[in-house]
Amino acid sequence: MAEPIRLKTPVTDEDIIKLKIGDSVLINGKILTGRDAAHKRLFELAKKGEPLPIDIKGQIIYYVGPAPAKPGYVIGPAGPTTSGRMDPYAPLLMEKGLKGMIGKGIRSKDVRDAMQKFKAVYFSITGGAAALISKQIKSVKIVAYEDLGPEAIRELEVEDFPVIVANDAHGGDLYEEGIKKYRRA
Amino acid sequence: MREVATQTIVDTVARLCMEANYFLGDDVIKVFQEGLKKEESETGKNILNQLLQNAEIAKTENIPICQDCGFAVVFMELGTDVCVQGNIIDAINEGVRKGYTEGYLRKSIVSDPIKGKNTGDNTPAIVHTTFVPGDRIKITVAPKGGGSENMSEVKMGKPADGIEGVKNFVIDRVLRSSANPCPPIVVGVGIGGTFEYVAFLAKKALLRDIGQRHPDPFYADVERELLERINKLGIGPMGLGGRITALDVFIEVHPRHIASFPAAVNINCHAARHKTAII
Repeated sequence: MAEPIRLKTPVTDEDIIKLKIGDSVLINGKILTGRDAAHKRLFELAKKGEPLPIDIKGQIIYYVGPAPAKPGYVIGPAGPTTSGRMDPYAPLLMEKGLKGMIGKGIRSKDVRDAMQKFKAVYFSITGGAAALISKQIKSVKIVAYEDLGPEAIRELEVEDFPVIVANDAHGGDLYEEGIKKYRRA
Repeated sequence: MREVATQTIVDTVARLCMEANYFLGDDVIKVFQEGLKKEESETGKNILNQLLQNAEIAKTENIPICQDCGFAVVFMELGTDVCVQGNIIDAINEGVRKGYTEGYLRKSIVSDPIKGKNTGDNTPAIVHTTFVPGDRIKITVAPKGGGSENMSEVKMGKPADGIEGVKNFVIDRVLRSSANPCPPIVVGVGIGGTFEYVAFLAKKALLRDIGQRHPDPFYADVERELLERINKLGIGPMGLGGRITALDVFIEVHPRHIASFPAAVNINCHAARHKTAII
């Protein structure tokens, strides 16, 4: 397997264009978290043209609601949630400058089209590998919507965060290609 | 009549909640290792290796395998010669409260489906009780994650559909689920009974250990055939393409009405969590 690509956040259009489906990527730097409730709030503000409580330009959002941290831990197990639930909100956030999403599972056509249009990428991270993934998170800070508890928006500092490009900015879809490649009649 | 204190139920359920979330069964570990040999996709192999490492970290550090610590689904076989002093359902919920709080497990339950807020302690549990002869209580805690549960379905078919109809329903359901339920998955299938009972059968099927075939050779063959067909679909680990889409398929059946032909598919992610204790 090819050497993983190292990606430092925040990311630029040039970074995004280079990524192709199937690429192994190690993300370093700060990423944001958000799932259903936080997305709904961000979407409603963005729709009204109001400022967001966080700057999403050049950022990557990780769809995660971590388990509680044990004493002495930075964060509890933190694997991805199903990305499809964020599909209604994702295109508008990409329009506002979001460059990457990390989660698990397939995305809608609208989201895939928006990735091409606004130059963004969707990364798959291994669902159910939450204990392992949490080891790559070095610090956690709540940056918005603290009232949402596990769904609050956090800023994570990650080191060699292991993801795979599932949908790229060129219309590539690893879910479709992968099934085609390994399907047997 | 044998007497059991409610505190024993509380402590047992709390322990099972934690153990089910921290310790992936040896049967699942073994099938991951076997899957590594069969998987053709490099990405798929990497994912299986991550899952093995993840299970090891969770076990060593006593932390959950997955951040989705599930709905606490409890199967209880209550001996008719045992008497619990107090409310046994309250005791199970107290055990869930204790296990999820003291075990640093994520609380994922909303009090009312429309108007509710997070209950903060992962209660209430879903409790399935059956009465059995004897003076023991067998309790199984099977935490169920939302991602795979969402890919499940009940179908009220026609008796003319027969077993081929069920097979096609299962294959189609798995194909449509694609990457969402965190493959490699475990597939529970219910056939027969009524609308609500068939879903219970599919859930109950998930309690079996990987590799444990149905005692009726007819259904055991259908399980083998479905597993083979699912693993030809190409979905692979995390749906990114590969050979290992399912770890096993389990079928549970029940008598049906002459007019009805219910079938259900309950999908579990690779974190096939369940722990049992006998009191």
